[in-house]
Amino acid sequence: MAVQTEEMVLNMGPQHPSTHGVLRLALRTDGEIVTQVTPHIGYLHRCFEKHAENLPYQQVIPFTDRMDYLASMNNNLGYVVTVEKLMGLDIPERVEYIRVLMAEFNRIASHLMALGTYGMDIGAFTPFLFAFRDREMILDLFEMACGARLLYNYIWVGGLSHDLPPGWTEKAIEFLDQFEPRIEREYNPLLSYNKIFIERTAKVGILPPETAISYGVTGPNLRGSGVKWDLRRDEPYSIYDRFEFEVPVGHGEFGPLGSSWDRYYVRILEMAECVKILRQALAQLPPGDVKAAIPKNVKPPVGDCYVRTENPRGELGFYLISDGSPKPYRLKVRSPCFTAISALDIMSRGGMIADLIAIVGSLDIVLGEIDR
Amino acid sequence: MDASAIYDTLKARFGDDILGFNGEGIDPSITVAPAALDRVASFLSDEPAFAFDALMCLSGVDHGSGKDLGVVYHLHSMTHRHTITLKVDVPRDAPHVPTVEHVWKTADWHEREAYDMVGIIFDGHSDLRRILCPDDWEGHPLRKDYHTQEYYTIGGKPVRVPV
Repeated sequence: MAVQTEEMVLNMGPQHPSTHGVLRLALRTDGEIVTQVTPHIGYLHRCFEKHAENLPYQQVIPFTDRMDYLASMNNNLGYVVTVEKLMGLDIPERVEYIRVLMAEFNRIASHLMALGTYGMDIGAFTPFLFAFRDREMILDLFEMACGARLLYNYIWVGGLSHDLPPGWTEKAIEFLDQFEPRIEREYNPLLSYNKIFIERTAKVGILPPETAISYGVTGPNLRGSGVKWDLRRDEPYSIYDRFEFEVPVGHGEFGPLGSSWDRYYVRILEMAECVKILRQALAQLPPGDVKAAIPKNVKPPVGDCYVRTENPRGELGFYLISDGSPKPYRLKVRSPCFTAISALDIMSRGGMIADLIAIVGSLDIVLGEIDR
Repeated sequence: MDASAIYDTLKARFGDDILGFNGEGIDPSITVAPAALDRVASFLSDEPAFAFDALMCLSGVDHGSGKDLGVVYHLHSMTHRHTITLKVDVPRDAPHVPTVEHVWKTADWHEREAYDMVGIIFDGHSDLRRILCPDDWEGHPLRKDYHTQEYYTIGGKPVRVPV
């Protein structure tokens, strides 16, 4: 009698260590081969957009912290830039520089978390500990600046909650001097060029550039597919047009272009670029008052605008409608992880279940931002 | 290509289906008749002079109790690096908009979100069901006339929402 096999529906999550939060994937499998993935999201849904409609503009900022909790500074920045654009505010130089410093430090911290947990998904525990050691030092810098380690509420409309304390820049430079050589010396040999890691990641999760654009995949995931697109360079906001830096893209060194390894390696290269930006910003940091331009009443004129900024996970967009009152009329968040996870199905079809872990990890998703 | 040139081209091709142009705001926007939206979207995406290959954002909007609902599309072209905003207004009692899922894949989940949150029905969508709220949720939370529940049920028993 011939062996009969049927397709089987398997449930992965919502409690699963490799889904990076509460994500449920319904897998249709043919033996060990995945034929369809249906992500079910919403477990962390708090309706941020509804909260925002019921709060004054300034009080929305702590809620943005809690969306992508691994890159809170960048979320603060994205929201604040949107409100300021609608109000037409002029921002003091020092504030702009400190914002860039915070955003880039947070980008390094976020990428460290991404590559550490990605290694752990694949079975490499050591890089995770190395990444957390360095991330810890960045969190210390944030704690020095604003007192908080994860949810900062630091970047305010028109200014910042605190100026940098004495000794901060010296400590920041000290960190950069320690961290920069570690990328080449530690992370690359430990994980990037590890034979097992390459075998697991370089041939799975292929995302061709056209597919990536059509699905709205952005950030390191898009650049991993070889598309040279970075909002900091191509649509500069804040003062990013003043800094010299490269936009790293994937080249498909160990397999097809747009593989999980390419996405991973773009993050490694980006950390070195962040260090470049940080060194320039620290050298140019002007004196000034960081609270001088904070408006007493935040009441943008009637109108709407869409502003997108480059978050560590991609393009974070805010669509803000103002009716002239002290509260936003409508605030829509365009989340980079939301679009990235929508492409998961097409990326993982035909692969093994074990490869699915290597694909989800390479997208570097944060469920708090997907569900909002 | 700047926004007014895009508007002129669309107006010449689609005539009365292009309802208006607002070039005064921060983002210039074109208002389109709901019935023509998918044709306009396909045209903007396929025409080499426009090549709007990316849908940045799709937002459902409630213009206020008793007024229309709306959908706002923010488009971007990676080829020509220009942007445009499309706006559609639909009546509150029959909020039907044709889907643009086949033009930009981003629209798939974003339309589901706009359906879930604002209750806009995207005709022709392949899988229009709630995405963020549970499947049995009642109402659409981002409507301005939405009433927040005082009770929800767990295992058939009503539980009061803590205030």
